[in-house]
Amino acid sequence: MQYNWDWGVIFREPYLEWILSGIGWTMSVSIAAWILAFSLGSIIGILRTTNNRILRAIATVYVEIFRNIPLIVQMFLWYFVFPELLPNDSGMWVKREMPMPEFTTAAICLGLYTASRVAEQIRSGIQSIGQGQNNAGLATGLTTVQVYRYILLPVGYRIMIPPLTSEFLTIFKNSSVALTIGVLEITAQARQIEEYTFQGFEAFTTATILYIIVTSIVMILMRVVEGRVSIPGMISLGAK
Amino acid sequence: MFDQFDTNVILENLHFLIEGMQLTLLLTIAAICGGLVLGTLLALARLSGFWILSLVSSTYVNFFRSMPLILVIFWFYFLVPLILGQPVGGYYSVLIAFVLFEAAYYCEIIRAGIQSVSKGQVYAGQAVGLNYFQNMCYIVLPQAFRNMIPVLLTQAIILFQDTSLVYVVGVKDFLVSADLVANRENRIFEMFTTVACVYLIICLSGSLLIRKLQMRYAL
Repeated sequence: MQYNWDWGVIFREPYLEWILSGIGWTMSVSIAAWILAFSLGSIIGILRTTNNRILRAIATVYVEIFRNIPLIVQMFLWYFVFPELLPNDSGMWVKREMPMPEFTTAAICLGLYTASRVAEQIRSGIQSIGQGQNNAGLATGLTTVQVYRYILLPVGYRIMIPPLTSEFLTIFKNSSVALTIGVLEITAQARQIEEYTFQGFEAFTTATILYIIVTSIVMILMRVVEGRVSIPGMISLGAK
Repeated sequence: MFDQFDTNVILENLHFLIEGMQLTLLLTIAAICGGLVLGTLLALARLSGFWILSLVSSTYVNFFRSMPLILVIFWFYFLVPLILGQPVGGYYSVLIAFVLFEAAYYCEIIRAGIQSVSKGQVYAGQAVGLNYFQNMCYIVLPQAFRNMIPVLLTQAIILFQDTSLVYVVGVKDFLVSADLVANRENRIFEMFTTVACVYLIICLSGSLLIRKLQMRYAL
């Protein structure tokens, strides 16, 4: 195996700058997408547990569509096909004037995609609490909204911290798919450095280490949060 | 928009698209087989009770699970020719990347599956004089795999979707074939919509099937 090692390359200009800006893009796409995924996913997940058939059907259709098309295909749909579907003016606006088109499209696409996965977690979290709590709430005279607000959601979200953490890590990793529509995040920058310098080992190792660092930080942080908010007496939460 | 939808472009290039789909399916099946074998070995190592084996296995799993698949594809696209000293073409490096990457996920599924088999079964096997491998092959793994079927199938659908990421190195799978046609014929709208529908139909029927199986075999 012939290879010329040069670890200095990643600290040289302009490559160090590329990596730093890559981190920036990865983080901003992930966080923007997460905000969308979490809020929309919560709404859809809650709708899937309601008694209203139409609302439940809408939520189910959403989940099935977004879960069953590969993310990269969805990326292309939003980036290339969606502007064509809009009426002329707004289509033109999306194509020509929308600020940071790649970033915006990537964040929205990733957010909508992950919302379907978050919704499933929220649904199973709420359903795992059991019908008894729901009935007890209704029996004491709470309305359905109040039952969700004061009983199901406060317990549900706590149970859901571990699966939601792994969803966040998935969004963070999936943000690399944004490179296919031209967002220069960490993976794209590593690839670009490899193409410019032929120092693939150094470039990809750097990217790998960055992903591992962020993953570890998020996991440690969420374990602390989980411990802080756990409800005493519930085995599933306190037990390690 | 839809009145201009040109179905001819799809029909004319159908042969090309089917070839792409064949490669997608081939890659999916090869990656499932390789991933299952390696994943089973990793899971057995993880549960073996030898700390060094289980450390190796858990490091492997955590390593691959904290990396995005695209980065893994890039890694092997760059590494495999370098290690072998000759160009091997995208397909094989991508296949290796998928097998190694999926093995990490299969390992976790299989580990959970093995742990779902009750301890009594293992003891019973030992009591009738089976050695470790006999016990695993005839008692534990058959039951474990039976419990895992729905999860394994779900993972297969995820893998099927993930193979579309070979786009980044230009291996001619279904998506890349469609992309080539789209750019050649300037029919981006038709091609990407078709791709999305095909994936949706295949994956949706797959997951409906799994749900049916699950209901039938639920204990």
